[in-house]
Amino acid sequence: MQNVLVYAGADQGALTKSAREALGAGRRLADALGATLAAVVVAADTDALAQEAIACGADRVYAVANPILSEYQPDLWVAALEAAARAASPDVVLITGDTAGKELAPRLAFRLRAGILTEVSAVAVEGGTVRWTRPVYGGKAMAVYTAKGPVVIGLRARMHDPAAPAEGRRGEVVRVELSVSPELAATRIVEKIQQALGGVRLEDARIIVAGGRGIGGPEGFKDLEALARDLGGAVGASRAACDAGWVSASLQIGQTGATVAPDLYIAIGISGASQHLAGITGAKTVIAINKDPDAPIFKRATLGVVADYKTVLPHLHAELKRILGK
Amino acid sequence: MDPATKRPVQGSAKLVMDSYAEYALEVAIQLKEKHPGSKVVAICVGDKPTDDVLRRAYALTADEAVRVWDPAWADLDSQAVAHILARTIQKLGGADLVLTGREAGDIERGVVGPTLAEELGCACATIVARVEAVEGGTAVVRREVDGGYALVSTRLPAVLTITNDETNVPRLPKVKDLMMAARKPITTLGAADLDLDPARLASPLELVDLYIPVQEGQCEIIEGDDGPAKAAALARRLHELKLV
Repeated sequence: MQNVLVYAGADQGALTKSAREALGAGRRLADALGATLAAVVVAADTDALAQEAIACGADRVYAVANPILSEYQPDLWVAALEAAARAASPDVVLITGDTAGKELAPRLAFRLRAGILTEVSAVAVEGGTVRWTRPVYGGKAMAVYTAKGPVVIGLRARMHDPAAPAEGRRGEVVRVELSVSPELAATRIVEKIQQALGGVRLEDARIIVAGGRGIGGPEGFKDLEALARDLGGAVGASRAACDAGWVSASLQIGQTGATVAPDLYIAIGISGASQHLAGITGAKTVIAINKDPDAPIFKRATLGVVADYKTVLPHLHAELKRILGK
Repeated sequence: MDPATKRPVQGSAKLVMDSYAEYALEVAIQLKEKHPGSKVVAICVGDKPTDDVLRRAYALTADEAVRVWDPAWADLDSQAVAHILARTIQKLGGADLVLTGREAGDIERGVVGPTLAEELGCACATIVARVEAVEGGTAVVRREVDGGYALVSTRLPAVLTITNDETNVPRLPKVKDLMMAARKPITTLGAADLDLDPARLASPLELVDLYIPVQEGQCEIIEGDDGPAKAAALARRLHELKLV
C-alpha cells in the first residue's frame, strides 16, 4: 500500500485545469496501487476547493486555510505543502504541471528529503512498482524511472487526462494548521501582467497558428495573427522567432515556453527541431507549411505543403474565410 | 546512446555551455556593468573537459572561474548537483545573487535552481526573464507566469533561474577577451574541500529504461501547381477532415 498525495492548485476560488489533470493522474495511480488518494488545497478559504477536490476523485483532502494564503506566494505555498505532506506522510506527491508547480516541486522535495522527477508525461504500475516516464534530450528520447523511496513528481502539463467532477462523491476533510508570518515570503509577487494575443490563451487554444524562422520578420506575424483571429485561435512561435525579437517571448512554444495541446496546430516556417516538437506532443493534428521538403516538421505533420509560405498563406486565409462564411 | 549504460555517448563532440546558463551569464555580466565593484564568479560541476565551458565564461568577462569535481561523482542527479553547488558557494564566501539557467537543455528538469535556494536557505525566483533593479537588499525581477508576466520582489541573497528574453541574448566575446581567457586560472575544488552530506549525493531514483520514441505519422503532402493551388487544396482537406 502506498499513499498518494496530489497538490490541487486553485485560481480565483476554483481548481485549475492543471489541478484536475493531477487529480486525474492521482486517481488512476491510486486505483492501480489499491491506495487511497489524498489531495492538498491551499487558500484563505478552502471549503469549496476541498469539496471540488473530492468530486474530482480525492478520498481525503488536507485543507490548509489561512487568511495569509489569499494569493499565491511561493514561500508560503511551500510551507503549506510541507505541513500537509507531514500530516499525510505520502510515498508519492504529485505536483501540477503549471509554473507554480514547477517551482514548488523541487523545494518541497528538498524539505521532505524525497527524490524529485519533473515533466513526467506517463505513469504506469507494474507488479506494484510505479514506472515514471518523462521526455529527455529535448524530446528525442524517453526515460523511465523507478523511485527507491518517497518521491515528488512534477507532472507535465496537458499530458494527463483531467478528472471529471462527479457529484455525490464522498470524502474526508482534514484541517492542517499553518502558523506563518507574512515575513516568510522572501519572494513576493507584486504585480501580474496578463498578455493574451488575439484574446485566446495559447495554452487553452483549440487552434494555434505558429510561425518560425521562415516567417522572416515581425511583419509576417501580422498575417499569422489575422488568420488565427479568423479561426478563433491563438498565435504561437518557435524559439528562433522569439530570440530574433519578432514576437514576444510569451508566445514561445516548445521545451521551454508553452506546452500546448490544440486540436489543430498550423506550423508555418517552422523546421520542427525536437525542442519545438516537445511542446506540441499533445497537439491532435499538425499541419506544416515549409519550403524545405526535408524539414523534420513533416515527420510530425498530418498534412503538409512544400512551398514558400508567402505564396500560400493569403490564399489559404481567403479560402478558409470563404468556407467559414466570414 | 550507449545501450548498456543508457547514457548518451559524448564521442568527439565538444562540451558547450548550456544555453540557459549562457543567458544567466549574460544577465550576470549586465548586472556587473550596471553595478561597478560587483564580481561575477562562474561555477561548473564537471571533469577536466568542462574547463572549456569556464573559458567561455572568462571570454564573456566573468571575473573568476571555479570547477568542482571528484572522480567518484560519475552519475550525479540534479539534487546532488545543487548540494555540491551550495557547499561550493558557501566555501567561496556566499553571493548576493546566484543565477542559474531555468533548466538544463539536455535533461530539462528545472530542479537545480530551486533546490539550490533551499540548500542555501535563501530566497528563490524562477523563470526570470529580466532583472529590473537591485537595490537595498532587494531585487525586482520580471518572471514568466502562465499567460503573461509578473513583477516579483525578492530579498537578497537569492537564487534566480533565468530564461531567454530579448534583453539577455548572449553577447559574442571580443577577440582580446577570448585570448586572455585561455591564460586565466581556473580554481578547482574537490569533495575533500567541501562539507558534503554523502546521503544527498546518492540518487533516490533509478533509470530503468531509455528509448527513442518512434515517430509514426504519415504526412500527406498537398500537391498543386503553385502556392494558390496548394492553398485551395489544403483548405479543402482541412474542411473535409473537419479541422476548421
